[in-house]
Amino acid sequence: MDLTLFTIQLLNGLQLGLLLFLVASGLTLVFGILDFVNLAHASLYMLGAFICASFTLWLGNFVWGVLLALPVTALVGLVVERVVARPLYARDHLDQVLATFGLILVIDTAAQLIWGPAGIAVPLPDWLEGQVQIGAVTLPSFRLLIIGAGLMAAAGLFWLVNYTRLGMLIRAGASNRTMVSALGIDIQSLFALVFALGATLAGLAGMLIAPITEASIGMGNSVIITAFVVIIVGGIGSMKGAFIAALMIGLIDTLGRSFLDDIFKLVMSTEAAETSAPAISAMLIYIIMAAVLAFKPSGLFPPKVR
Amino acid sequence: MTRIATLALLASVASTAVLANEAKIGFVTTLTTGAAVIGNDMKNAVDLAIEHLDGKAGDTTIEVIFGDDGFAPETGKQVTDKLVKQDDVDFVAGYIWSHVLLASRKTVLDADKFLISANAGPSQIAGKLCDPNFFSTSWQNDQTPMAMGEVLNRQGVKSLYVMAPNYAAGKDMVAGVERTFEGEIVGKDLTKWGADAQLDFSAELAKAKASGADGIFVFYPGAAGGAFIRQYDQAGLKDTLPLYSVFTVDALSLPKLEEADFQAVLGSRTTQQWDPTLDNAANQKFVTDFKAKYGTYPSYYAAQSYDAIMLIASAIEAVGGDMDDKDGLRAALKAADFDSVRGEFSFGTNNMPVQDFYLREVVTDDDGTWTTKVVETVYDNAVDPYAADCKMK
Amino acid sequence: MARKILTVAVLAALAVLPPVFYLTGNAFYLDLATRLVILGIAAVSLNLILGFGGMISFGHAAFVGLGAYAVGIPAYHWLYYTAGDWAVSGLAQIPIAVAVTALFALLTGLICLRTRGVYFIMITMAFAQMVYYLIVSIEEYGGDDGLVIDTRSQLPFLDLDDPLQLYGLAYVSLLVAMGLVAMIVKSRFGMVIQGAKGNDERMRTLGFNTYAYRLTAYVISGAMCGYAGALLGNFTTFISPEMMDWTRSGELMFMVILGGAGTVLGPVLGATVFIVLEEVLSSITIHWHLPFGLMLIAVVLFVRGGLMGLFAVLFGGRK
Repeated sequence: MDLTLFTIQLLNGLQLGLLLFLVASGLTLVFGILDFVNLAHASLYMLGAFICASFTLWLGNFVWGVLLALPVTALVGLVVERVVARPLYARDHLDQVLATFGLILVIDTAAQLIWGPAGIAVPLPDWLEGQVQIGAVTLPSFRLLIIGAGLMAAAGLFWLVNYTRLGMLIRAGASNRTMVSALGIDIQSLFALVFALGATLAGLAGMLIAPITEASIGMGNSVIITAFVVIIVGGIGSMKGAFIAALMIGLIDTLGRSFLDDIFKLVMSTEAAETSAPAISAMLIYIIMAAVLAFKPSGLFPPKVR
Repeated sequence: MTRIATLALLASVASTAVLANEAKIGFVTTLTTGAAVIGNDMKNAVDLAIEHLDGKAGDTTIEVIFGDDGFAPETGKQVTDKLVKQDDVDFVAGYIWSHVLLASRKTVLDADKFLISANAGPSQIAGKLCDPNFFSTSWQNDQTPMAMGEVLNRQGVKSLYVMAPNYAAGKDMVAGVERTFEGEIVGKDLTKWGADAQLDFSAELAKAKASGADGIFVFYPGAAGGAFIRQYDQAGLKDTLPLYSVFTVDALSLPKLEEADFQAVLGSRTTQQWDPTLDNAANQKFVTDFKAKYGTYPSYYAAQSYDAIMLIASAIEAVGGDMDDKDGLRAALKAADFDSVRGEFSFGTNNMPVQDFYLREVVTDDDGTWTTKVVETVYDNAVDPYAADCKMK
Repeated sequence: MARKILTVAVLAALAVLPPVFYLTGNAFYLDLATRLVILGIAAVSLNLILGFGGMISFGHAAFVGLGAYAVGIPAYHWLYYTAGDWAVSGLAQIPIAVAVTALFALLTGLICLRTRGVYFIMITMAFAQMVYYLIVSIEEYGGDDGLVIDTRSQLPFLDLDDPLQLYGLAYVSLLVAMGLVAMIVKSRFGMVIQGAKGNDERMRTLGFNTYAYRLTAYVISGAMCGYAGALLGNFTTFISPEMMDWTRSGELMFMVILGGAGTVLGPVLGATVFIVLEEVLSSITIHWHLPFGLMLIAVVLFVRGGLMGLFAVLFGGRK
C-alpha cells in the first residue's frame, strides 16, 4: 500500500464525505427542528441535478447552470413544504415516512416524464476538465472543486447556525419549539425557510455530483439511505454529528473499497478475498450504524434537549 | 396459382370462423426506471419490425403486447404470468436482464409457449437449463468478453485492470475475459450494484492508475456506463490506460456523451456480434429506416429485438399461421430462415446463435454523429462455451 | 358489529371469488389473489409489532426473503447436490424458515429494541440491507440473479403445484395468522405490549420487563413473516434479493397503514387494495407509480386510521 495512493484515496473519501454532508445536513436540520422524517429529501438531490443539467445544456456553462438551479431548487423545496410536509408536522413519524415514500414515487415518475429515462450527462468548462498535480498526487480538478465547495458550504452552515439571528432561532427551535413561537416568531415561515435551505443543500450536492455520474432517474434512492445512516450515526439534529459522521462514512466507505481486498488477502486466500471484500464493503456502512447504535442508541452526538 | 388463391381464400374463411389467423407476441422489457432507455429502444425496433412486416407474417396478423418488468425479476415474472395466462400469447420475447429471464423462464416453458431472448444470455439457459422451446437472438454472456480477451492478446496487452459491477452478469463478464486473456490481471474491482449502485469510481480509478496496467477492461451497462466514461475522462487516463469495454459504450450512451462532448470515448474499443455498419441488405434497411424514424442509430438491443420479431414472423409464416402446430413452429424457429441484420447465422444445439463477433471502434460518421464501426472480425461462427452442458441434440 | 360483518364479508370474498375466477378460466386472477393473501400474512405479522406494539419495522421484507430462501436453498441442494428428500419436504422447509427468521429476529431484536423512534426505523432497515447484500454476494445461490425453485415444498395430502391447493393453504394460513394475532392482542402478554406502546415508563414501573416482552413480540412477528416468505417462495418459484429491498419493506408498511394499523382485519384489507390497485393502475399506464404515489400521499393526509378508520367513520355509529 503506497503512500501516494493512500493520500489520493483519503481525498476521494473526503470528497464523498462532504457530498454526503450536504445531503445529510439538510436532512438533520429538517428532522431536528421540524421533527419531520423526509424520505423524499434525496428526490430534491435528484431534481437539483436535473434542473442544473437542463440549465447547463441550455446556457452552455456549468457555473451559470448551478447559479440558476439553486434558487429554482429552493423554490421546489418551498412547494413541497407547503403541499406535503406542512400538513404532516403534527403527525407521527410513520405517516411522514409513508407520505414521503409516496412523494418519491411521484417525483421519480414525474422526472422520467419530463426528462426521459436516459439521464443527462453534464459537460464542464475546460478549466474544470483537467487534473491538478500536488506533489506526487494527481487529482481531477473538478473533484478538488467539490472538496472546496463542500468545505465552504459546511463553513457557511456553521456560521449561519452559530452566529446569526436565524441560526439562533433554528437552535432554539430545535430544543424547544413552543418557546420560539411564544417569542412571537412566525414559526411557519421559519420552518419553510429551514425546509428550503435543506432542499437547496441537497440540490447543491446533486448539482456537484451530476458532472461525475450524470443526472439520472432514481439517483436519489442510492443516496437517501446513506444520508439517513449518516444522521443516525451522528445523532439526529446535530450538525456537528452529521459533519463528523459524513466524513467518517465517506472515508470508511472509500478506504474499504480500495484496501479491504488487500487486507483480506493477508488472512485468507486470494479468491476468498476477492469475493468477500466487495460484499463486506457494501455492508460496511450498515455494520457501522448497527455497531454505533448498539452502544449509543441515540447516535454519537445526541442533541442535549429534545 | 388459382388453386393457391382458392386455398388461401378457404383458409381465410375457415380462420375467420375459428379466429385462428392471428398470432400474439408478448414482449417483456424495461419501460420504467432509468433502464427504460434500453426498453424504449427495443420497443422502437419491434414497432419498426412490425411496420416492415406490414403487421403480418404471411396471412397471419401479428399482435404485439408489451410488458414492463420495472428492472425487477419479480415484476418481470408477474408480467410474464399475465401474458401467458391472461393474454394467452403464442410467443414471449424480449428480456434485457438475466435475472428477469431466469425468473420468467419456467412460466413460459411450462405452458408450452416459445421463449425468445432478445438480449439476456445467462450461462444456465445456454447449458443445463437449455430447452427446445427457448431461442436466443443475442448471445451468451461470456462470449462478448471472451472476444475482447482475444482482442487484447492480439493487441499485445500484457497487463490488465478489470472493473465490473458486483452481480451475476458482472462476474460472468469478468470470467469471460479471464477465460481468453493470456496476460496478467493486475487488479480487479467489483463495485456495488443494485438499487443504490455505486456510480462514483474515484477510488477504483485511482487504484487502476497506480497499478500501471496496459489497459482497463470494464463492463458497465446502462447509466453507469456514461458515469464511468465521464470519470475515466476526468482522471486523464485516455493515453496511459486505454479503455476496452463490453456492453458499456453503445448507441444509447453515445448521443448523450456526444452532447456533453466527452471526447475520451472516441477511439475506445468494444466487441459485439452486430454493428450498424455491417454490410448486408437487411441491416442497411434496418439502420436507415430506424434512423429516419427515430433520429438515432439503433443499439445492439434494438438490432436483437428486430431480429427476434423477424425470426418469429418467419416461423409463423412457415406453418401457415397454424399456432397449434408446435412442432412445426419449433422446427421453423430452429431453421432461422430469415434475413438477420447480423448476416448469416444458425442456431447451435442449445438454440443459442452460432455467429461472428467483431471488434468495433467509436468513431465520428460523415454527419459528425458519434457511432461505431467494425475494425476486424474476432471470431467466425463462435459457439458459446456452455453448449456442451446442454443435453439437447 | 359493523366491523365483524366487514371482516366476514372480506374473508368470505377471498374464500369464494379467486377459485371461481380460476374455474372460469381466469387463472391469472387466482395468482393475483394468492400473492395478495400471502402478502396479507406478512402485513398481519408486521401489524402485530407496528400497529399494536408501536415498533415501526422498516426491515420486514428481510424476513420474507429469508423465509423464501429457507425453501429455495434446501431445494437447490436437493437438485444439484446430494441433499436427501427431506430437503424438498415442506415439513422440513417450513420449520427451517420459521426457525431461521425467529433467530434472525432474536439477534437483531436484541440490538434494535435498545433504540427508539426513528432510530428503530432505521436500524431495522440497516439489518435488512445487510441481509440483502449478504445474499447478493453469495454466488452459489445465484447472487442477485436469484434462485429458481424447481420443486415446490412436498407436503402430505397437499400438492402445491395445483394452484387451487396452494391458494387454499395460503388462505387457511391467513385465517390462522389473523386468529393468532387476535388472540395475542387480547392476552395479558398483548396488553403489556400495547401498554408499552403508550407508556413504556409506566409499564416498567409496574414491574414488567418491557424489553423482554417487546423482544418476544418482535420474534413472533419475524417468524410469522418468515412463514409468509416460505409460502411466497413456493408461489413464485423464484426468489431473489430484490424481495428484501427497502422499498418492499415500505410497501408492507403501506399495506398496514392503508388498511388500518392496530386492527386485525386492517392489514388484509390494505394488502387487498394495494395489490388490486397495483394491477389496475399498471394495466392502464406504465407510469402507474405517479397516481399510486399521489394516492399514498392522499391516504396519509386525509384518511386517518386507514380504511378501517374510514369504515368506522362511515358505519361505526350504527353499532
